[in-house]
Amino acid sequence: MATTEKSLERRDFLSKLAQTGLVIAIGTTSVRRLEAADRLSRGLLASPDGAWQPSVYLRIADDGAVTIICHRSEMGQGIRTGMAMVIADELGCDYNAITLEQGLGDNKYGSQNTDGSTSMRNGAYDTMRLAGATARVLLEASAAAEWGVDASSVSTKNGVVSHAASGRSLPFGKLVARARTLPVPAKPALKSESQFTMIGKMVPGIDLMNVLTGKAIYGQDAKMPGMKIAVILHPPVYGSKVESFDASAALKVKGVEQVIEIPGTPPPSAFFPLGGVAVIASSTWAAIQGREKLKVKWSASPNDSYDSVAYRKELEGSVRAEGKTVRNLGDAPAALGGKKVEAEYYAPHLAHAPMEPPAAVASVKGDKCEAWACTQNPQAARDTIAGYLKLKPENVDVHVTLLGGAFGRKSKPDYVVEAAFLSQKIGTPVKVVWTREDDLGVGYPHTVSMQRLEATMDAGGKITAWRHRIASPPIPSIFAPGQEYHSDDELALGVLDMPYEIPNVRVEVGKAPAHVRIGWFRSVSNVPQAFAIASFMDELAHAAGKDPLEFLMQSLGPDRILDMNATGALKPVGNYGAKWEDHPNDTSRHKRVLQAVAREAGWGRKLPKGEGLGIAVHRSFLTYVASVVHVKVSPKGKVTIPRVDIAMDCGYAVHPDRVRSQCEGAVIMSLSNAMTSELSFKNGRAVQTNFNAYKVVRMAQAPRVIKVHIINSGGPMGGVGEPGVPPVAPAFANAIFAATGKRLRTLPIGDQLAKA
Amino acid sequence: MPIKLTVNGSPQTFDGDPTQPLLWYLRDDLGLTGTKFGCGIAACGACTVHLNGTSVQSCVTPMMAAANMKVTTIEGLSAKGDHPVQKAWAAANVPQCGYCQSGQMMAASALIKKKGKPTDADVDEAMSLVICRCGCYPRIREAIMIAAGMMPATSTTGGR
Ligand code: FES
Ligand code: FES
Repeated sequence: MATTEKSLERRDFLSKLAQTGLVIAIGTTSVRRLEAADRLSRGLLASPDGAWQPSVYLRIADDGAVTIICHRSEMGQGIRTGMAMVIADELGCDYNAITLEQGLGDNKYGSQNTDGSTSMRNGAYDTMRLAGATARVLLEASAAAEWGVDASSVSTKNGVVSHAASGRSLPFGKLVARARTLPVPAKPALKSESQFTMIGKMVPGIDLMNVLTGKAIYGQDAKMPGMKIAVILHPPVYGSKVESFDASAALKVKGVEQVIEIPGTPPPSAFFPLGGVAVIASSTWAAIQGREKLKVKWSASPNDSYDSVAYRKELEGSVRAEGKTVRNLGDAPAALGGKKVEAEYYAPHLAHAPMEPPAAVASVKGDKCEAWACTQNPQAARDTIAGYLKLKPENVDVHVTLLGGAFGRKSKPDYVVEAAFLSQKIGTPVKVVWTREDDLGVGYPHTVSMQRLEATMDAGGKITAWRHRIASPPIPSIFAPGQEYHSDDELALGVLDMPYEIPNVRVEVGKAPAHVRIGWFRSVSNVPQAFAIASFMDELAHAAGKDPLEFLMQSLGPDRILDMNATGALKPVGNYGAKWEDHPNDTSRHKRVLQAVAREAGWGRKLPKGEGLGIAVHRSFLTYVASVVHVKVSPKGKVTIPRVDIAMDCGYAVHPDRVRSQCEGAVIMSLSNAMTSELSFKNGRAVQTNFNAYKVVRMAQAPRVIKVHIINSGGPMGGVGEPGVPPVAPAFANAIFAATGKRLRTLPIGDQLAKA
Repeated sequence: MPIKLTVNGSPQTFDGDPTQPLLWYLRDDLGLTGTKFGCGIAACGACTVHLNGTSVQSCVTPMMAAANMKVTTIEGLSAKGDHPVQKAWAAANVPQCGYCQSGQMMAASALIKKKGKPTDADVDEAMSLVICRCGCYPRIREAIMIAAGMMPATSTTGGR
């Protein structure tokens, strides 16, 4: 979920790994594979089953059966369905007859990293259209040759090519033999979007029936013949390792077969295993019980004293002093001399907590490895396994199961590497099962953030100066030593690209050393940064005596494309891997989602005492989203949410029902962030290690109604999975203020409003 | 003494550790992986199954508590995936990642069996035991109403 596609902490993590000196044989794409990919993509290679393969993503068998290879991971966003829809439309085949195969981790597919809300905009739409069009053009040409007519006079539908003028038709299966002999066009003509019959409609998910009947296979369900189950006791503090251990009691548990130490990876440990002691058993239950009986002495770690209460003080100190300037427009410090509004916002560490804890099964035989895992990034899993076990990447096959949620956690393949390591050690396939205690206790927590905002306004409520100080441990700290300031890539998530028209802006970062593995979480730093900025905008509106919506519209200034070279940022500002000219920051699109959501939610209506509406807008992942949250606070301080409205302009919605479900899920996740969730640390250890303590929104707390408003603006396609999250938490906090007069500056709200 | 029980209509005998949770028997021994592991401490509901028709969290149900009982898992909820709850779930296109949905459907089917037409408060109480981290709650609520015959499958409130 991401910063830019090219950002160091994500796509180029391999080079960072190399810098850490941990990796030798990693990241080299084999020439053999590339050549094969190239030949495959040009239709020159027969697929294993002899089917015609006009593209690496598409096979058509002699009987006309269409198989699509989905190269991105399915984690609930609906990409498998979306890809099938796109191909069905562009190729003209029957969606219900498509077989979907999940691609192995392989560079021939391009990036398979399923994060950054990129799958449709970068991974599927253009790629799958091209694949479908290639096959269609060749099938049409084959039919036209068969009938001696012009190729432009034939068309495809439901797996059949027909010639309207003569009423003749042939199924794909009858044309494959000829089509495979034709040269593959480099630029086949695409259909016009008006010809699509699936895209834009609601389609039942390709995995729906398997999910409804319990047949869907996730990482936790994967099996290999003869596999053993491993449950691992990980070092509870980042940077600590096994000093000694006593496995005698564990080995007495019925079903426990072996106990094996996994060597640790000192910080920055990137995607490599933390180390620890693995209990290998014949069943999951035996392995879990065995782990409870282990006695391990852990070495001291510099992070032993990490304490969230003390750390908050440290971050407060950082933002209350001048930091390192990263954006400097006009002269904010001077302009802030007079009467100003100021506020500090705190957002704690968060855990991804996907309902499926990480799991993977692997089998290493000789110099080859085969793994099945719920991974967002099979290429990273392959390369990290190869690096850790000193295998050639082309000898490592990583299959992707369905993912039972991921939210960024499953981009990091440490658990897949653990399985491969253990299999290599014991010579049989091993499934590593993470429990919830592992997932919450030793995962990759989302950063913790302290932000200080100061602003001045003129008499008309126009913002004249703005200073934003941020102290928040950065993601690059998992890849390289000495990374103690929030990075430019993370600041590009809402701070450096902030759209408001303000002549004097200063952004400074304060020191914030990491004490845990900081990982990206759905929407990344947009989460705390949108919370602070959109809350502060609401505070300013009230200070100026203006309606918050009117204030936001006024502050966005005239409709315009922001000049991203004139923000005062000291370095070029990232744009989620896209060019600013392709995906500009357009204030009119901010305004359009604001107006739409305000209209639909009945902004400005009078509410009974104890109720309130809050509003916020935020652009992220190239998509514009605004939200209105309606809260009701009881006299005892209990908060309920009758309704949330959310308006999204992602340019073009391929599968509107899944855009809606992603927005619904984003609302719930953002409300968990705002209302219940906090991962804190004491003595270097996570305090909340299961769902009894790590709280997420449940049915009773969820909004009764979520109304999603999709704005098909026709703008360039943006992301969908993440951009719904950032504006909802501040809209909630602003609603709490409207309802109670209490400003929520520390997340989550927990029992801050509770009255005895 | 081996434990006898019925799982999805088939008689079974278990002679392992009687304190082993039913969850791992279903998943590891019988290969019924539709029942999911989410927390192991009765805090998430992913492992919800029916024990003589009542929903229980199988991760904290020891095998001895299932002796001579009828266990139903998602695989046994209906022969063809056409239980009213499954049909309603399809109509509302509920699942995102799907991992929690076996537990959701087992909890919902037990709720509807018990209450007939559950109230909003009934739904809050019963369904708050099952976490959906993907956030399908509004659609789950709507699907329960459809399954309970309180709402037509064509009318939807989950934002659509
Ligand atoms: S796994 Fe049983 S309630 Fe969570
Ligand atoms: S659908 Fe993913 S956890 Fe519920």
